[in-house]
Amino acid sequence: MRFVFHIGRYFMFLNRVFKRPEKFKIFVKQFFKEAEKLGTNSVGIVVIISVFMGAVITLQTAYNLDMAFIPKYTIGLAARESVLLEFSSTIVGLIMAGKVGSNIASEIGSMKVTEQIDAIEIMGINSSSFLVLPKILALVFMMPLLTVISMGIGISGGWIAGFVSGEVPSTDYIYGIQYSFKPFYIVYSVIKSAVFGFLISSISSYQGYYVEGGSLEVGIASTKAVVVSSVQIILFNLLLTQLLLA
Amino acid sequence: MIEVRNVNKTFNKKQILFDVSAKFEAGQTNLIIGQSGHGKTVLLKSIVGLHSIDSGEIIYGNKVFSGMSFTDQKEIRQQIGMLFQGSALFDSLTVEENVKFPLDMFSNKSTEEKLDRVNFCLNRVNLENVNHLYPSEISGGMQKRVAIARAIALNPKYLFCDEPNSGLDPKTSIVIDNLIYEITKEYGITTIMNTHDMNSVMAIGEKIIYIHSGRKLWEGNKEDILVAKEKELNDFVFASELFKRIKRNV
Repeated sequence: MRFVFHIGRYFMFLNRVFKRPEKFKIFVKQFFKEAEKLGTNSVGIVVIISVFMGAVITLQTAYNLDMAFIPKYTIGLAARESVLLEFSSTIVGLIMAGKVGSNIASEIGSMKVTEQIDAIEIMGINSSSFLVLPKILALVFMMPLLTVISMGIGISGGWIAGFVSGEVPSTDYIYGIQYSFKPFYIVYSVIKSAVFGFLISSISSYQGYYVEGGSLEVGIASTKAVVVSSVQIILFNLLLTQLLLA
Repeated sequence: MIEVRNVNKTFNKKQILFDVSAKFEAGQTNLIIGQSGHGKTVLLKSIVGLHSIDSGEIIYGNKVFSGMSFTDQKEIRQQIGMLFQGSALFDSLTVEENVKFPLDMFSNKSTEEKLDRVNFCLNRVNLENVNHLYPSEISGGMQKRVAIARAIALNPKYLFCDEPNSGLDPKTSIVIDNLIYEITKEYGITTIMNTHDMNSVMAIGEKIIYIHSGRKLWEGNKEDILVAKEKELNDFVFASELFKRIKRNV
């Protein structure tokens, strides 16, 4: 019953969020501010995770395919497919749910418990749209960019690991990552990451917006935001894979 | 003028307000007093539309505010300034940006005109050289004054104050009370203030309503309150030793 209540309230919340901004000039300013805060400031963590993720995938694949009749380029091919199809979008999504999701929930939650949201409402401003819409659009816009960055860095990480460890010759790896390349896999991953961006920002904002109490409840909302966003990412990953690749 | 007619409010099946009616005149400091947890803040937040009421009417001028949608309420809301218990300044904005916020949202003034207005409002609340500081960098009393400056930035017709003196020392409380009183008179604003501070009541209480257990038990002014007969009101007003002494001398 509680689940149904939250689903209903979440959609009612989204209905308030997706309203015409009060002042377009201010909305654009906020959008870029959020894009920087949520997206650009996350490039560092995405790069670090991607480089190691690509390296580990390549080395694990290399150790498992260490057979004479399997050509070395399949390691590059497997690394590319894993990074493009799954790791760059889903792992980056999960990382962002932790980093950005908790940030959004605690920011909005703190504003709620200190009556800053009431102050916005009193002025006749739709607080949910004013605070949340720029965050949602900024993350939907930035997540695909971060995913594309992650793809490039992840594949490069694999190449460095293979080359440095001596497990995969550079030429084989480069041949492998070009072999039988399907550009749609990038589109698939970009679509997934945009959906994940929407889920993270909207769920976390929802958790923060309905906080009642004090700092303890803000912390709980922050944790809930990460957990619920992560579960939804996993769920939608399956759903979108079935829809887009079947 | 604001009128509250037979307002009832329930939270989670618990009734908080019982048939509350009152009139709050323009150009006057109207005080809602009562013990903590007896419904003052719920009444104030119901009047400004932050809580929807179960029954009754809230009337601004001649418009029934309580029945309007959020969009329809917009016009009236833009004439409202509110001072919250904890100031409710935006943490991420400087003092100047906080006061400029309503101007950015609702006025078509140039940046220079807006800054002039910001400086005027900050000067009006006796604040100087704080424009570029963040709320966390100024004292509680200064935060309250910035909140007043933000509340008056758009020349409101209605000013609401929810326990503006909570957490402030007596001297700063007097400064805030006097500011609210002066601004009310200067601009002919309808001011409604929640308080349980008897010093504020005696200083600026032109019209006072006493709320007890969600019901309006008494209505009068600061002179009347000292000679009122209601037991609950007397228990509240003369709770402190200082006011007991005053009572003995009245």
